[in-house]
Amino acid sequence: MSVNDNLFVIIMASAIFYGTPLVFASLGELLAERSGVLNLGVEGMMLLGAVAAAWVSTNVGGPAIVVLPLAIVAAMIAAGLGASIHAFLTITLRVNQIISGLALTIFAGAAGLSSYLAGIWQLGQTPVKHQFGKIDVFGLSGVPVVGPILFHQTLLTYFSWVLVVAASFYLFRTRAGLHLRAVGESPQTADSVGISVSRYRYFHVIFGGSFAGIAGACFSLMIVPTWVDGMTAGQGWIALALVIFGFWRPDLTLIGAYLFGALSSLGLTLQARGIHISTALLTALPYVMTIVVLVVVSNTASRRQLGAPAALGKPYEREER
Amino acid sequence: MSRFGLRLEPRSNLPKWLPWAVPVGSFLAALLVGAIVLFATGQNALSVYGRILDRAFLSEGAFTGTLISATPLLFTGLCAAVAFRIGFFNIGGEGQFVMGAIFGSGIALKLGADAPGILSVAAMVIFGAVGGGLWGLIPGILKARFKTNEIITSLMLNYVAAVIATYLIFDSNSFWRELTGSGAVFPKGKILPVGSWWPNLDFGSIIVPFGFVLGMVIAGWLYVLQRKTRFGFEMRVVGGAPTTARYAGMKPTRIVVAVAALSGALAGIGGAADIGNFRHVLDPKGLQQSGFGYAGIVVAALARLNPVAVVFVAVLLGGITNAGYALRGPDFPAGLVGVLQGLILFCTLGGEVLARYRITRSVRTPAGVNILEAS
Repeated sequence: MSVNDNLFVIIMASAIFYGTPLVFASLGELLAERSGVLNLGVEGMMLLGAVAAAWVSTNVGGPAIVVLPLAIVAAMIAAGLGASIHAFLTITLRVNQIISGLALTIFAGAAGLSSYLAGIWQLGQTPVKHQFGKIDVFGLSGVPVVGPILFHQTLLTYFSWVLVVAASFYLFRTRAGLHLRAVGESPQTADSVGISVSRYRYFHVIFGGSFAGIAGACFSLMIVPTWVDGMTAGQGWIALALVIFGFWRPDLTLIGAYLFGALSSLGLTLQARGIHISTALLTALPYVMTIVVLVVVSNTASRRQLGAPAALGKPYEREER
Repeated sequence: MSRFGLRLEPRSNLPKWLPWAVPVGSFLAALLVGAIVLFATGQNALSVYGRILDRAFLSEGAFTGTLISATPLLFTGLCAAVAFRIGFFNIGGEGQFVMGAIFGSGIALKLGADAPGILSVAAMVIFGAVGGGLWGLIPGILKARFKTNEIITSLMLNYVAAVIATYLIFDSNSFWRELTGSGAVFPKGKILPVGSWWPNLDFGSIIVPFGFVLGMVIAGWLYVLQRKTRFGFEMRVVGGAPTTARYAGMKPTRIVVAVAALSGALAGIGGAADIGNFRHVLDPKGLQQSGFGYAGIVVAALARLNPVAVVFVAVLLGGITNAGYALRGPDFPAGLVGVLQGLILFCTLGGEVLARYRITRSVRTPAGVNILEAS
C-alpha cells in the first residue's frame, strides 16, 4: 500500500475537492458583505449557476475546451442576474436585506426557478456531456503526500486559488479595494470623499453573486456531475457561515472551506474504508460545527475586532446625511 | 445623487388603504411577473393559472385539500410573524416544524391504540409545541447569551432536524420505525394508531381539518396577546426600539428567549398537525420536500406580520401549494410553486417601499452641492 493511500492523504485531497464550491461561494459573499450588503440568496444563486452550466455543457456543441469555459460564464451570468434582483431591492429600494436574500433563495432554489428550468430543459436524465475531471499537474500527482492533495485536482480548484489570491490583493493592496472596505465600514465617509456607495455595492453584490454561480457549476460539472434538483444541499448556507468563520478575509475563508469540505466527505471516505458509522449523523456534523464555531467566534471577540464591516446589513440613506 | 439612484421620499402620512393595497398589489404583481416567466419559457400562462385556480379552490374537494396544505403554512406563518415582529429573524421554522412532527408522532405511538383519541390528540399538540419550542430555544438562547447571529444558527438547525428525522427512519432501529412486514425491507415509519388521527369537521361540501381550526384559534389568541397584554406591549417596544426597551426597564434578552420558544412552539404544533391530520406517519422525505418552514416566511411577509391576516394568506398560498401537488406531472412545470412564492416575497418587499415612499428620479449633482443654493 503506497503512502498515497493513507487515510490522511485521501481525506485532505477530498477536502479540497469537496471544499472547492464553498471557496467560490464564500468568496463571492465576502465581496458583497465587504460592501455592506448581506445576501442570503447564495443557495439560490448557486442552483441557478448549476442549472445554467449543466444546460451549456449538455447542449452547446464543440470541444470541451470551448464548452466548459462557456458553461462557467453562463453560470456566472445566471447567478449574477439573480444577485441583481437582490441588489436593486436592497440598494435602490433599501428593503430588508435578510428577507430579500431569502426571497432570492426561495425564488431560485430547490423548489423554484432552478428546478423549473431543469424541467423545461429536460436536464437530469443523463450526466452532463462535458465535465471537469481531475488533472495531473506537471505529472506530479504521484509525489508522496502532496501529489494527490495539491497536484491532482480539477481546473476549478486551481481557478479558485487564483481568485483567492486576486481577491486578497484586490481588497488589501488596491485603491478600489480600499474604497470597497470604506463603503462597507462607513458609507457616509466614503460618500463624502466622492466614492459612489451604490455603484460599489451594485458591482460587488452582482459580481460576488456570479461567484456563487461558479460554485453551483462545481456541483453540476465536477462533483455530481449531472443535474439533481436541490443538488447544492444547503452548502450555500454554510458559505454564509464561512465568511464569518474566516473573519471576512479570503485566505482564512479558504481554510474554513476545506475544513468543511473534509467534514462533508468524511462519511464517504470512512465508509469506503469499511468503517461503519451512521452517514446520517455524519452529514449533520458540518451544520453543528457551524453553530459551534459561530458561538465561539461571537463570544470571544466583538464583531468589530473580527473585521465585520460596520455597515453590514444597513441600507445607506444619503438623504439622512 | 447616486448614479443608479431613484430618490425615495417618505410619505408624510400613510394612507388608510395601505395595509390592504400592499398585499393585494404584491400578489397580483407576482402573478404578472410569473406569467412573463411562463410565457418566456413557452408555457401558456393563462392555462397554467387556470388549472391552479381550478385545483386550488374550484373543483370538487379542492378546497379541502387546500385547507390541508394551508394548515402547516398557517403555523409556520405564525412562527415567522411572531419572531420577525421583535426583529428576531427565526429562519428555523423548517427545523422546528420537523421536531414538532417527531415529538408529536412519538407521543401518539407511545400512547398507542388503547388511549382515548382526545387524549392522544391533545398530547400531540403539547408534545409538538415542546419539540418545536425546544428547537426554537437554541437560537434564542445563543442570541441572548452570546449574541450569536440567529439567522445562521436557526438555519443550520433546519438541516440538523432533517438529519435527525432521516436517522430515526432510515439509519437506525428507532421507536418511530416500522420494523415488521414490508417495513423490514423498505425503511418507513410506524403508522400512528387510528385513534390519534386528528378529526375533521364536516360542513357538507367542505371538510375542515382540526389542525386548521386550532391554528385559527391560536392566531386569534396571538392577536390579543400582541395588542392587549403587557407582554405584547413589550414585544412591540423591543421590536421597534430595543434601546428604549432597556431604558424602560424591560429585559430584551428575556423577551427574545420567550418569543424564540413561542415561535418554535408554533411551528412545532404545525408539524404535529401535519402528521395528525394528513400523513399519520413520520415521513422525513415528505416533510423535507414540502418546505413549509421557508414558505411560512412568505406567508408572514404577505400578511405584514399580522396573525389574523396570516390565516387568510395561508389559505391563499395553501391553494397554490395544493394545486402544485395535484397537478404534478410531465405537463405541469415543476418548481413553479417556488418561483411564485419567491416572486410574491420580492413584490411584497418592493411594494412596501413603493407604498411608504414617493419615488422620484434623482438629479445628478456633485456630492454635497445643493442645486438650488448653487444657483
